[in-house]
Amino acid sequence: MTAKSLFDKLWNRHVVVPETTDAPAVLYIDLHLIHEVTSPQAFSVLEERDLPVRRPDLTKATLDHSTPTLKAGTDGRLPYATAQAEKQVERLIANTQKHGIELFGLGDPRRGIVHVIGPEMGLTQPGKTIVCGDSHTSTHGAFGALAFGIGTTEVGHVLATQCILQRKPKSMRVTVNGTLPEGSSAKDMALAIIAQIGADGGQGYALEFAGSAVRALTMEGRMTLCNMAIEAGARVGLVAPDETTFAWLKGRDRVPADWAAAMADWQTLPTEDGAAFDKEAVLDGGAITPMITYGVSPDAAAPVGGSLPSTDSDAARHANDYMQFAEDRPFTEQAVDRVFIGSCTNSRLEDLRAAAAVMRGRSVASGVTALIVPGSEAIRRDAEAEGLDRVFLDAGAEWREPGCSMCIGMNGDIGQPGELVVSTSNRNFIGRQGKGVRTVLAGPATAAASAIAGHIADPRDYPSLAREPEHV
Amino acid sequence: MFEPFRQLTSGTVVLKQANIDTDQIIPARYLTTTSREGLGAHAFHDWRYDEAGAPREDSPLDGPEHKGHEILVAGPNFGCGSSREHAPWALADFGFRAVVSSDIADIFKSNALKNGLLPVEIDAETHARLLERPGRQITIDLEEGVLRCGNDIEARFTVEPFAKKCLLEGNDPLGFLTDRMDAIQSYETDRQKAPA
Ligand code: SF4
Repeated sequence: MTAKSLFDKLWNRHVVVPETTDAPAVLYIDLHLIHEVTSPQAFSVLEERDLPVRRPDLTKATLDHSTPTLKAGTDGRLPYATAQAEKQVERLIANTQKHGIELFGLGDPRRGIVHVIGPEMGLTQPGKTIVCGDSHTSTHGAFGALAFGIGTTEVGHVLATQCILQRKPKSMRVTVNGTLPEGSSAKDMALAIIAQIGADGGQGYALEFAGSAVRALTMEGRMTLCNMAIEAGARVGLVAPDETTFAWLKGRDRVPADWAAAMADWQTLPTEDGAAFDKEAVLDGGAITPMITYGVSPDAAAPVGGSLPSTDSDAARHANDYMQFAEDRPFTEQAVDRVFIGSCTNSRLEDLRAAAAVMRGRSVASGVTALIVPGSEAIRRDAEAEGLDRVFLDAGAEWREPGCSMCIGMNGDIGQPGELVVSTSNRNFIGRQGKGVRTVLAGPATAAASAIAGHIADPRDYPSLAREPEHV
Repeated sequence: MFEPFRQLTSGTVVLKQANIDTDQIIPARYLTTTSREGLGAHAFHDWRYDEAGAPREDSPLDGPEHKGHEILVAGPNFGCGSSREHAPWALADFGFRAVVSSDIADIFKSNALKNGLLPVEIDAETHARLLERPGRQITIDLEEGVLRCGNDIEARFTVEPFAKKCLLEGNDPLGFLTDRMDAIQSYETDRQKAPA
């Protein structure tokens, strides 16, 4: 028997009708996550066809994209950016009620960014197929689940049939050997990978991350890595489940009742020795240092200690004109206007701790606005229990309510034209964080250091001032 | 169910710029809609309206010379960025039925095909020539997989076979899936019986 990869096994388990030259495979979906932005039109299609939701029990909903991150006013009303945003939220509430779908809505202690709360509740599990109308669904692959983003028409397909039409992508393995140096994070690893293979290096592939540096990552780090797979063009990112995965999931709300049986099954999933991949890339983890992006595509990434590379491509020149980074000057001379720490890429407790370690006992530079937005209500509570909110507030940063916030700027959290924003989110596209905003992607420690310094900064220059580390 | 798509003859609107991403096609602030209709009003919003919301004189999409043109010819790497289906909805609602480029982003392509908007990828050389001929009539024949302009331009293109069949017959993939309900049902039953 030929050796199988994790991806092969996940795929094979979910084929309802095999692929032919004329038609894609019918693939079964174990968990369908929905949110307010990409679902209303899908529910309308069901209505037009008079179709029920086939498996409301496998469908879970949350509110995250259009929701304000500021608290309700004295009148008890949330400060929505527009009346339409509020209407979109109301529509999801109505649709989930009508179809009997569980909603982690406003006021629910489990609400948060869709890719944060799935894992948090233990809904995300090894071996599952998971889809959501959002390209960063690849995040869930950190658990050894086959997870990918879909369009709204496909959201309708899954609601109606619990299946999706898919052609099997090719497979690619990215191996990161060695050990990540102290001070480098999973985000730095992700940016280093994308810089090496390119923003389209993974296009058409399911991407498995392997190697000792990947194995050594926490679940939070693996989620950051798989989240960014889409920025390398891959719809699927995967890390094989192991003891780290099981220990993280154990005891969570929605994990299987028969834990021993589930674990025995999950242990059969990892890629077997000798399994073939259509493409491979290898990196030395020991060489990865804190990274930033300097252009308008996530592969325009370089070590924070570097400077703008010279270019002869039109696209890069266009990007440089937009970003206005001085040529041949160190990145660390670029002044920063705003810092955003949040998004499904980097808004988990570990990320907030890394940012707090830099900010503790220091102050945000004058003229810089720093926004810290936890990924979920649970993270907000945990962070507050540890006093991280005080660290941020004492430093002069803002501590907001959970949501997508400045990652996409749909809720009104945006920068002003021309501003330079150091952001822990995933896309540095022109206008993504507001018209004319220049986005620099970075890890949480680098973003925090840049907020303190008032310019792009290397987090290793801002060692923790706490005498005793509060968390070990 | 859509109108079957076989052949389309129309004038073109040309947007030469490369890497037109989904944020340009439909800015995120217009994603709070709950309907598919009406997005055409916001298609390429920041190219068509100035800061104050007044129509731009130099809009490449609004002049009388573009009225009724159903084919968009755009620079390379069209439609990159997010998975928002609002992008093809906006273009279709604006009145386009086909987008021609040398290179169209994967997710955009798949979303467009589901909404009766035909993505046509042609060779870079012919593409460059079309970019120089705004307003000219083009004929796109889906069945043959050929694009023609005047009697000197002809380019071949391919479309994923399943999507092509759906477009030609006006079938919709949801119907294909609902026709397989029995298989889906037995898959669910088998899984319930299988251990874990
Ligand atoms: S945080 Fe950003 S990438 Fe993540 S789900 Fe929200 S908008 Fe999408």
